[in-house]
Amino acid sequence: MADQFDLECRDVVKKFGQFTAVDQVSLTIPQGSFFSILGPSGCGKTTLLRMLAGFIEPTAGDILIKGKSVLGVAPNRRPVNMVFQHLALFPMMNVAQNVAYGLRRRGVGRATIDKKVAETLARVGLPDSGQKQISQLSGGQKQRIAIARCLVLEPAVLLLDEPLGALDLKLREHMKVELKQLQHEIGTTFVYITHDQSEALVMSDQVAVMNAGRFEQVGTPQELYYQPDTPFVAGFVGESNRWQGTFETVADGKAIIRLDSGGVIYTDPTQVTNPDLVAGQRMDVFVRPEAITIAAKGQGPVATSGLNAMQGRVENLLFNGAASSVQLRETTTGHEMNVALPQTGAFAGLRNGDELDLSWSAGQTKCFPNTKPAQADASGEAVA
Amino acid sequence: MKNASGSVAGGGLKLGVLLMATPLLLWLLLLVILPHLDLLMVSLRERISYGKYAFSFTNYIEFFTEPLYWNTYVRTATMSILATALTLVIGFPISYYIAKVMRGRGKSVLFLMCLIPFWVSELVRTFGWMILLRESGVISHFLQWAGLVDGPVEMLYNDVTIMVGLVYTSMLFMVVPLVSVLDSLDDSLIEAGYDLGGNAFTVTRDIVIPHAMPGIASGCIVVFMLTLGNYLTPNLLGGKSSLWFTEQIYTQFITRFNWESGSAFGFLLLVLSSLIVWLGLKLSRQTLSDTVG
Amino acid sequence: MIPSIPQSRYAKGIYGAYVTLFFVYLAAPLVVVGVFAFNDSLFPSMPWEGATLAWFFGDTAPYIGIFHDSALLRSIGTSAFVAVWVTLLSVTVGTCNAFLFERARFPGKNLLYMLAISPLVIPGVILGISILVFSNAIANGVEEAIGWDLDFLRPGLFLVIIGQFAFITTITTLVISARLRKFDITLEEAALNLGASRADAIRTITIPYLKPALIGAAIVSFLMSFENFNTTLMLVGSDAPLTIAMFDRLKQGSTPALNALSLLLMVVSGGLALISVFAQRDRSSK
Repeated sequence: MADQFDLECRDVVKKFGQFTAVDQVSLTIPQGSFFSILGPSGCGKTTLLRMLAGFIEPTAGDILIKGKSVLGVAPNRRPVNMVFQHLALFPMMNVAQNVAYGLRRRGVGRATIDKKVAETLARVGLPDSGQKQISQLSGGQKQRIAIARCLVLEPAVLLLDEPLGALDLKLREHMKVELKQLQHEIGTTFVYITHDQSEALVMSDQVAVMNAGRFEQVGTPQELYYQPDTPFVAGFVGESNRWQGTFETVADGKAIIRLDSGGVIYTDPTQVTNPDLVAGQRMDVFVRPEAITIAAKGQGPVATSGLNAMQGRVENLLFNGAASSVQLRETTTGHEMNVALPQTGAFAGLRNGDELDLSWSAGQTKCFPNTKPAQADASGEAVA
Repeated sequence: MKNASGSVAGGGLKLGVLLMATPLLLWLLLLVILPHLDLLMVSLRERISYGKYAFSFTNYIEFFTEPLYWNTYVRTATMSILATALTLVIGFPISYYIAKVMRGRGKSVLFLMCLIPFWVSELVRTFGWMILLRESGVISHFLQWAGLVDGPVEMLYNDVTIMVGLVYTSMLFMVVPLVSVLDSLDDSLIEAGYDLGGNAFTVTRDIVIPHAMPGIASGCIVVFMLTLGNYLTPNLLGGKSSLWFTEQIYTQFITRFNWESGSAFGFLLLVLSSLIVWLGLKLSRQTLSDTVG
Repeated sequence: MIPSIPQSRYAKGIYGAYVTLFFVYLAAPLVVVGVFAFNDSLFPSMPWEGATLAWFFGDTAPYIGIFHDSALLRSIGTSAFVAVWVTLLSVTVGTCNAFLFERARFPGKNLLYMLAISPLVIPGVILGISILVFSNAIANGVEEAIGWDLDFLRPGLFLVIIGQFAFITTITTLVISARLRKFDITLEEAALNLGASRADAIRTITIPYLKPALIGAAIVSFLMSFENFNTTLMLVGSDAPLTIAMFDRLKQGSTPALNALSLLLMVVSGGLALISVFAQRDRSSK
């Protein structure tokens, strides 16, 4: 039932000369959802978005909007509208003229335009700002006008190209919530691209994590966070402690991985995406900082096959209210770790140099077969 | 990837570019390139009889053998260089004052006051100087009234007057680039210079002038070029004694109707102007497009 | 040096005096030209004989005011005619050039750009004679070959317009390019995205954005053409534009009518200059 999807991409490829910017991307976005494409800069997400808007033609593959292919359709004839990275509000026009621009291009009558502009401005919460100049608006208001300018055209899909990037931190936090609410109220499909994982996780119904031109994983924010499919997703979404090691064997329903830095870690073998593990397989191991339980030295549990236990020495306290954490150095191997502090204030008296017992269950340990050489991926040593 | 927008136009691009380039190509070819080539051709021929010409260097040989032409040429070049230097020396402190000492409204007003006189025709400005400096002029009367001189003083028709007029007429083209380049100098660089033990002289020499170099180069080039090619100011303020090279060109073309030698003179002036502009650019390590753009 | 660095009052005083003196130097010739327009004397020179408006409105000899001086009035008309044509041509071609240099990519662009700015470093007299020589060569060639007498290629208003256009176009190109360079191309993309065709986007977004530069370029072209002397001098025929007519009068010795005319020119060009300065001031940037 293709026409249930507002937007569909089938094996879309874009090459610039030898460089493949977008590689075999397929996606389907159901009507009315908030879909984010999350990836580091240069991963191809802007290229993908510009292909959806029609500014770039794909080298191969097909793009369908409301079930109809839009290949070869000029950007001004596609039923998608875009909120640009720097908004691209027309500085020589006032707010009402900006919002009316698309309707005027369609040759809509004056009275209808005035009515629709007023309605749309009210919908984005700026009912009386029609006569204002763009330069008189605050950052958040500009944002809303840029969205209003698109919404008034009732697009099938609204594309947003990192529109929060230019805002300061506080406003960005605020706009995240506001955008999600707005999308919920109006029910238009949003396709949002960003490199900021928190924007993607907070706002989206579905997130596609993109890396080097490919989709690594598409899923709900919860799926990405708790069940990452690939080492890239595990490292890019949320924070993780990371080790590299070698698969040894399965014992008692738990996989044992010998770490390069010494010691072993137990993981649940179902966590390993590759079912046919062989001894000697290189592995990447990820553990979320908040999955680790801390206890005073000597009071933590002893390691069993279902439970990982380590000792660490406090190197740095990173106090940040509810998001406080502590940087530790594992006593036996010297591996750096990052552990979240419980929010109860139980460890408020912690000092640098204190020693702690650390533990987490095998089920909290994600691991992935690593096909690359041991030293290649040193980027996110302890905390991604 | 951001710049891939050019691809939107697709196949229409080539034709569009060609269409847009047509006026540019016609303008450059018909009004700049071909006329100057033709000028060179005409300067390299000699009239044998009516309507009959032969290739020859006669016009150039005449220029180098006739001391009047040669001297006028050298004199025009030296006076132009001097006028350029004077304009720079007089204009720099003014530009600095506008760009760095003045603040806010006063600054824009002062800058505008600098600009406005130059929107007025050069003819009117020169006329003003004639009223001021002639024998029956304002300054002569003032000096007599003050008892400094006994009779009327004629201050027109000498080299100093020409220089005053040339500097006056060129000032705008020095002040505008200097103000804009000095405006872009961060105050904190000057403060840092003082903080590290500099004084007015060393800070000006080591920080302000190196920063202003592009503006200085562009100001000097334009001023020199305009002065060298000036006709009005030397002619009106210098009278018969002005001996300006453009007057020679005018005489050859209009009075004597000797286009061959006039073309040669024109070409020699063009070579001189290009040569000194080129030298100025080399010395200040600028390019022409930076300088005017 | 700068206000934040303390300086002796002595040095400040000298600097201030120098700047004042400079502005006196700037203003003096213009002020005397203006003042002597009202002198009730046959010559624009001392002594001061009392004030009159005869040099503006007088209609009896020898007090022929400029509004009754048909030769001067005709030359103003001629200059305006030339200036309007030069403005139209050079702003149109300048806009084309700006789009070409800022938007298109093609081989030889840098060379063309250098050529396009070269008229700025060609002395006006030489530009004048080269166009004179070239157009004359064409006219002679045509006459010899097919017997047509192309009169417009002989010294006259057509050549004056062409000659002024040749270098004023460089200036309009630079002014309009500078503005176009600052244009954010995503504004055009946004217009396309909102349903505008390419021509619509340029008409409704790009051209309005360029408007200050277009107005500024038009004013500059008009004034430069109106006041041009060097190039015009070489190309002029029997219809003398204002600068040439005034120059001839100055050489012969003039009445204060010339001052009156100069004063009017100052007022008009000063006003136009102010308009162009304010038109080019970008309101949206703060």
